[in-house]
Amino acid sequence: MNRTVLDLWVGVFVAIGVAAVLFLALKVGNLSSANIGETYRLQANFDNIGGLKPRAPVKSSGVVVGRVTEITFDPKLYVAVVRMDVDKRYSFPRDTIFTILTSGLLGEQYVGLEVGGDEEVLKPGDTVNRNKTQGAVVLEKLISQFMFNKAAESPKAPEQ
Amino acid sequence: MIARILRSMGARTVDGIWRLGFASRFFLAVLMRSGTSFARFPLTISEIFSTGVLSLIIILVSGFFVGLVLGLQGYETLQRYGSSDALGILVALSLVRELGPVVAGLLFASRAGSALTAEIGLMKTTEQLKAMDMMAVDPIARVVAPRFWGGVISMPLLASLFSTMGVFGAWFIGVVFIGVDDGAFWSQMQAAVDFRYDIVNGVIKSVVFGFAVSLIAVFEGYDSAPTAEGVSRAITRTVVNSALTILALDFVLTSFMFRGNG
Repeated sequence: MNRTVLDLWVGVFVAIGVAAVLFLALKVGNLSSANIGETYRLQANFDNIGGLKPRAPVKSSGVVVGRVTEITFDPKLYVAVVRMDVDKRYSFPRDTIFTILTSGLLGEQYVGLEVGGDEEVLKPGDTVNRNKTQGAVVLEKLISQFMFNKAAESPKAPEQ
Repeated sequence: MIARILRSMGARTVDGIWRLGFASRFFLAVLMRSGTSFARFPLTISEIFSTGVLSLIIILVSGFFVGLVLGLQGYETLQRYGSSDALGILVALSLVRELGPVVAGLLFASRAGSALTAEIGLMKTTEQLKAMDMMAVDPIARVVAPRFWGGVISMPLLASLFSTMGVFGAWFIGVVFIGVDDGAFWSQMQAAVDFRYDIVNGVIKSVVFGFAVSLIAVFEGYDSAPTAEGVSRAITRTVVNSALTILALDFVLTSFMFRGNG
């Protein structure tokens, strides 16, 4: 086959191959949204993280503002330490409540930020203590609490 | 009787190990003499044409059909749990992580690998390789290495094209025909598929498969018995060994890459 025709075909092949990789990276994967650019690190202590995993999103008002990078256990305080990278464009007041929420009934877990009214904002590297966080809801505890309440109520019922 | 069985068992074992050793030495020889394939890159380009460009049709069409089937079956199962919006995740993750590299590798082995073996085997049968040696042209550098590198370069590109076509196929059947929401399809996919964790690992897999299939193909061709029957057996061995190697390597790579902590 003619050299130039051959080169052209191979060029086309390589070009569409590279285009396929780019398509996978940008349209299928989250390369365009994953690196939010400049981030700063925050740290929050939770007494129960439930099923939170690294790379889980950090959301405020439903908008992704960062990602969980690392989850460790603090052996002195007996709490779970969640480190997260938050987009530098956003800063949050010092009294922001960090909550572990679930998207949908069976969806993945994420960290939700409920913004407070403090004038001062969280600085890079700050740690949020347990009094400003709320861990994951454990379904078993919720159910047993409900059952316990029901059991406590039920003797009264016949009197009414 | 028992001695004969034991002897044949021993002979097979020794034979197998000898071939394995020969294959590794052959691999080293190909790597050491790869200079020519890059210094005279047109040699490799014409091999990329015959392994990559000519495999395009089968890869694109199969990718599309695999995507169609994944879309249909995925929807069928997901809608029972009321989560048909997750179709994009299911299709993209299974294609990018497993099906893309593996099925593209199997197709590549049977479309391009068998052709490589046949070509080199026939060159050996008709003593073209020996003739080259006589003319002080190294057949490994001139014939084997460009074919090997052509396969290695083509394979990841073909696997990515396969995954892309599969995603399109699933989109076509899911969004266009069944009526899954277009926005949910793409946005759920983008939220679940991670570039480093899923896509880069998939590409690494396809590169590894490219090395394995190309090496098996050129080795079986080079090692084939110089008869018509020998060449046909070598081609069979290429396809069988490539398929087994791809599946086994895929398991090993998967167990290292995806440990369920994503």
